[in-house]
Amino acid sequence: MLHIKCPHCGMRSQNEFSYGGDASVKRPELGKEISNQDWDSFVYNRKSLRGKHWELWQHLSGCRQWIKVERDTATHEIFNTLKANEEIL
Amino acid sequence: MQKYSIFSLIKNAFSNHEKWDLAWKDPIPKKEYDVVIIGGGGHGLATAYYLAKEHNITNVAIIEKGWIGGGNVGRNTTIIRSNYMHDDNALFSEFGMKLWRKMSQDLNYNVMFSPRGIINLAHSDAQMNVYARRGNSMRLNGIDAELLNREQVREIIPMADFSENVRFPIFGGLMQPSAGTARHDAVAWGYARQADSMGVDIIQNCEVTGFDVSGGKIKGVRTSRGDIKTKKIGLCVAGSTNILAEKLNMTLPIETHLLQACVSEPVKPVLDRVVTFGAGHFYISQSDKGEMVMGGDLDGYNSYAQRGNLPTLQHVLTEGIAMMPFLSKLKMLRTWGGIMDMSMDGSPIIDKTHIEGLYLNCGWCYGGFKATPASGWTFAHTIAQDRVHELNAGYNLNRFNTGHLLDEKGLGTKTWIS
Repeated sequence: MLHIKCPHCGMRSQNEFSYGGDASVKRPELGKEISNQDWDSFVYNRKSLRGKHWELWQHLSGCRQWIKVERDTATHEIFNTLKANEEIL
Repeated sequence: MQKYSIFSLIKNAFSNHEKWDLAWKDPIPKKEYDVVIIGGGGHGLATAYYLAKEHNITNVAIIEKGWIGGGNVGRNTTIIRSNYMHDDNALFSEFGMKLWRKMSQDLNYNVMFSPRGIINLAHSDAQMNVYARRGNSMRLNGIDAELLNREQVREIIPMADFSENVRFPIFGGLMQPSAGTARHDAVAWGYARQADSMGVDIIQNCEVTGFDVSGGKIKGVRTSRGDIKTKKIGLCVAGSTNILAEKLNMTLPIETHLLQACVSEPVKPVLDRVVTFGAGHFYISQSDKGEMVMGGDLDGYNSYAQRGNLPTLQHVLTEGIAMMPFLSKLKMLRTWGGIMDMSMDGSPIIDKTHIEGLYLNCGWCYGGFKATPASGWTFAHTIAQDRVHELNAGYNLNRFNTGHLLDEKGLGTKTWIS
């Protein structure tokens, strides 16, 4: 079982969280002209690589906040967690 | 190639079975091939077999990082079915069913295809309506489907929970009588043996390290056992598609996720069908050895671990016990995991790409094993003729751009949406 350190609540079990996918995906800016390709990339295309991966989790059975987690997709080691509004360095 | 039969079995008995030919060779990679298939799983081996058999292309190499059949073709729950509603999925899988029925004869290898039927349970009136609609669509596409009421289901699987006060009462189910199971390892080995006998080189322990692309065309592939020249590459590496796509600077509508399965200790024959739970994601069948073979949901987050996590297993087995309470008495024998290509609409991709000579076979989600023959057949056609066959036309990569998604169940990477 994973143990995720929620930046608001501290270390909690995976059971309290739900997964939200790649955290590095950026929505194209509103009001700007964008190509189909850009929109596709935002909606569907994902790198999903083996190794370190920044992803979104929601502390659903806790503070209900969305957070960012840096996890290794092969070993499940968690390196870092951030609040949703903190930028990935 | 030595033909397998009762006579060859008797003949070899006299030499204590020590003089059987090797089923396939262990060749040293040549400098150049007409086609290189990356990935020695079920789909890759089937593709090579149909390239040789249907298109007479035998100067083919299969490159496998580990050993053939060590990935998902050896990790699935061996279910074969074509109970789909959308035409593209239904016609493709029903074509596959025809290949399954004659596979043991075609390959001269007993794949133990057992058309025992699959029942999808329904737990509400609304779900019965949905199944009636799906069953009708299946019949219109020439696939057998029977809508069963509660009593009919009880006659077939009396060990399911038919008591009154349950959270998910059984209202009925949809059965595809011709669906079934097969021995998955035999499928990989059967295809490998036949492909090898027709001249295909099966190269194991050979990792792809890069691609040689120039002017938008495939020129070759770089591997841990040397560079190989080729004009056509077929990518059949579901689970690791994203890793190789990155080497080609491609980003695909796929995430890699982990799916678990497990078997119980062997028990006497109790279940002679494949049964799926309708109020969650759980499926079960009994193997010829007597083990109850079970599986269900993804672990839920991107993973290359090839090894599952307990919360999901517990969740899946809770569903199983809700459906068939006797399962709680059984001991678990083995659990394992495999990594899946989860495409964003839950349907696969068999297509050409923007790179000339690069062909893509990926995104199989939960349904890769049953698709093995049809996938190999259509992928071989796509590679040999450099155009898609009408059977895999719906499995194009462009659908994510045009919006023509094949959202059979709406089950892509985001399973919690369904």
